[in-house]
Amino acid sequence: MIRMSDKNTKRNVGIVALVVVILAAVAGGYYFTTNNGSTTQMTSEASMSSSETSMMSSAYQPTTAVSILGAGATFPAPLIQTWTVQYNKLYPAVTISYNPIGSGGGIQQITAKTVDFGASDAPLSDSQLAAASGLVLFPETLGGVAVTYNLVSFGVPNSTVLHFTGDVLAEIYMGNITKWNDPALTALNPGVTLPNTAITAVHRSDGSGTTFAFTNFLSVVNSNWSSIVGYHTSVTWPVDKTGTGVGSKGNAGVAGTVANTAGAIGYVDVIYAVKNNLAVGAVQNAAGNWITPTLQTILWAAGNATGTPNPADLRLHIVNAAGPQSYPIATYTYILIYRDMSANPSTTMDKAQALAHFLWWAIHDGQQYSTALIYVPLPANVVAADEQLLLTLNYQGTTLLTG
Amino acid sequence: MQTEIEKTRARQRARHHDFLRTILIIAAFAIPVIAALSLYALYNGSLDSIQAFGLGFLTGTTWEPNPPNGGPPILGALPAIYGSVVTTLIALLFAVPISLGIALFQSELAPRRFRLPSIFLVELLAAVPSVVYGLWGILFLVPFMSTHIDPALVGSLGFIPLFTGETNGLGMFTAGIILAIMIIPYGAAVMREVIAAVPRSQREACIALGGTTLETARMAVIPYASTGIIAAIVLAMGRAIGETMAVTMVIGNVARISPSLFLPAETIPSVIANEFTEVAGNNIYLAALFELGLILFGIAFLMNLIGRVLISRITSHGRSFVHV
Amino acid sequence: MFSSLRARRFSNRLFVVLATLAFLVALVPLGSILYETIVGGYAVLNRDFLTQITPPIGGSGGGILNAIEGSLVMVGIASLIGIPIGLFAGAYLSEYPGRIANNLRLIAEVLTGVPSIVTGIVVYVVVVATLHRFSALAGGIALSFMMIPIVAISTHESLKLVPSAIKEGGLALGISRSKTLVYILVSTAKSGIITGIALSVARIMGETAPLLFTALGNQFLMTSVFDPAASMTVLIYDFGTSPYPSAHAFAWGAALILLLLVLGLNVIVRIASRLKPTVAI
Repeated sequence: MIRMSDKNTKRNVGIVALVVVILAAVAGGYYFTTNNGSTTQMTSEASMSSSETSMMSSAYQPTTAVSILGAGATFPAPLIQTWTVQYNKLYPAVTISYNPIGSGGGIQQITAKTVDFGASDAPLSDSQLAAASGLVLFPETLGGVAVTYNLVSFGVPNSTVLHFTGDVLAEIYMGNITKWNDPALTALNPGVTLPNTAITAVHRSDGSGTTFAFTNFLSVVNSNWSSIVGYHTSVTWPVDKTGTGVGSKGNAGVAGTVANTAGAIGYVDVIYAVKNNLAVGAVQNAAGNWITPTLQTILWAAGNATGTPNPADLRLHIVNAAGPQSYPIATYTYILIYRDMSANPSTTMDKAQALAHFLWWAIHDGQQYSTALIYVPLPANVVAADEQLLLTLNYQGTTLLTG
Repeated sequence: MQTEIEKTRARQRARHHDFLRTILIIAAFAIPVIAALSLYALYNGSLDSIQAFGLGFLTGTTWEPNPPNGGPPILGALPAIYGSVVTTLIALLFAVPISLGIALFQSELAPRRFRLPSIFLVELLAAVPSVVYGLWGILFLVPFMSTHIDPALVGSLGFIPLFTGETNGLGMFTAGIILAIMIIPYGAAVMREVIAAVPRSQREACIALGGTTLETARMAVIPYASTGIIAAIVLAMGRAIGETMAVTMVIGNVARISPSLFLPAETIPSVIANEFTEVAGNNIYLAALFELGLILFGIAFLMNLIGRVLISRITSHGRSFVHV
Repeated sequence: MFSSLRARRFSNRLFVVLATLAFLVALVPLGSILYETIVGGYAVLNRDFLTQITPPIGGSGGGILNAIEGSLVMVGIASLIGIPIGLFAGAYLSEYPGRIANNLRLIAEVLTGVPSIVTGIVVYVVVVATLHRFSALAGGIALSFMMIPIVAISTHESLKLVPSAIKEGGLALGISRSKTLVYILVSTAKSGIITGIALSVARIMGETAPLLFTALGNQFLMTSVFDPAASMTVLIYDFGTSPYPSAHAFAWGAALILLLLVLGLNVIVRIASRLKPTVAI
């Protein structure tokens, strides 16, 4: 037989063997983990089928190993990911992974039934709900949209709170107000020397509930905006055509772009502005007062505008809320889930039970993590309404939770 | 006059051969299956958009997936096509001369001991993953461009419309620079191979007439290898158009057609990467993204076809200068 | 051509300088990337980084274990699918040359030029939407779609380089065609084939776009290949584009590990393949 030089063969074979061994080790590791998971799953499934019509008691403890997938809005991501980590510490068998891909993505993927639950800052329109029949939504937390800006290199430190009205913001994003020292802005901020610099208006490039809340506010207070642009998770920004609009991906992207661009203005969730030490402006509310977004002012907005939530339709609009200290750009954010969780072919009974249990935990115990992460805990009447909705969650008719 | 043993052996050999042949055929046909599956998925996914916009998709300048008051989406791919074309042109502008210089350096100038290491180093550029280029781009190059390079260009060349606009580092210029860096190794590798394929006789004739290295390169080597060099440019261009991650991270992601190189823009792959998960049940929007994917597939096919045809014209023994 | 000798010498020297400059210019970004990655990644590299899973976004502590796991598993799946199919496909191209093989080869070359994001959306439709699940399996399949044409082409090229005398010698001795292929052709071309395979593994290890819509991401370790999976590349993308400096540091760390694996594989392969096979006839 014809051979190559042995040294070369040995070296090559050694490399291939090493690679194969590593791959085999990894594969072997997963084989064993999978086997462990699936045997427990099979035994519990057997016991489930015999009690199909009985209700699960709330003493249900999730012990079956399940892996649940959620995707959606970037705004609640830090909170939801903290919830999943804490819940996993309480119930190690349940791993819930939440992937922030944007509100639009959350709506898309839950409609396509590729995830077990979705999350969106924007409430679904009637047509979107019709497209995903059986989908329900409920708020799991709320927050605010902050107006942020970067004029540090022009002598306006981030600690200076500039004043904006909804009209002025609409004009900026329509490309009509182009410079920081425009009379409309200087009139609102008499004590500040605004520079003669172009305003770079940063907005979201991806589908976003933050955009929804921001444009919703602008539509409510400015009729031009309402007819020219409207409100949606993603809109066509007139300022892009005039050349000073910038799209960035995620709250993260907008915050980052504003931080890197002198003379930029943008809208982000309050948390990103605070954590990134960005400047935060005061927006005029319906009562005429200049309000900055804080946990308290957002809670006041919720209190004044939520009313009595109806569990049949938990889409709650609280922009431009009444009340002296209400922050005008406040928004609930929603979890999207199928009432009958078997709608998603890859959601098993075990997953449905664990998920329902997790969601119940999230609106009760989970709220204790909100304040530290700068989210507003749900008001009591909203929690009560959410409970009503969660109690209707079922799996092919079997209700998943009791009180 | 075969014995029984020989007959059995022959039959066994034939069976082995048939068995092997079947496996080879099945495996080989995985390739057209993948291609057909991809085309089918892309075409099927694009139907809604093709129906809604027709050829106007390629010339439409409005990208409005959610018009106010719930109207149907109005989508046109021209801003994305424009961004792809401009960034690729910028990339080629920088990459072609540099690749040619590197190829000449490696084949004509480098001392023999440095030749292989120099090839190896340039190929390391190709080995760096695209997302690492993007990370380096967004955390190092973008701030660098916006503080040092862009303002200088605006200051000195600002009278040309290309160099106007607010510079925050994100935009077609930075994206073009990163693309140039990424395609240099491919261009250089193919150019080097075609230059090396030039027969010695050509070079020796020029040297015998007293030519310098430059003159040899200019008069004997490059004209002979010109088809191959063009093929290298075409292949590099194909790679630049399809590059996704690095460009998405530094281009700014705005649907815009503007002469300024410094304003945020978009390319066809960056639109898909950014918006694919965002469509929120909007079927025409999703179909438009698939149609963009179909366009990319078509461009890749065209580029490859042109490049391969050019290369096959100059190779004598059928060896392909493919760099994957 | 009739310019003075000095002018010609000068222009020649200029050419040498420019060509050398071109080479050095190409090395500058390479050096910068290596420098930034090493400096940025080194700061965050510790035992926790390699043994803990990712923290909630914007949080502190944690590591990238789930991303490393996801990358290895998906590359493993892609290799299990892609290497055999690519190998056999390449062998077909070499064993049965002709019009069909030429066309197949052309299709393979086109596929290598298709942007990886297109592969991602195709596999989303074919696997994710059908199975109603984002999964490591889908990610691995997407990567294998990219790997198969690459391995097929490089195998074909390596087999083509074997002198036909060797193959004919085997057949002349009465060795069956399949045995000739396996024991003689492939073993002679072994070095080139393995190089091609290793380079393709390095290439797909660095891919991001195909994984965005197929594997999605995972905060935790996977429990099976049907779970969504994090990966080093998607982590670099997500964390790199976020505004948190702590996330940026993680992105550099992941980039460092990824570079070590990918460049390391490239270096090993190049060194190993330098020793050309010597045929002892």
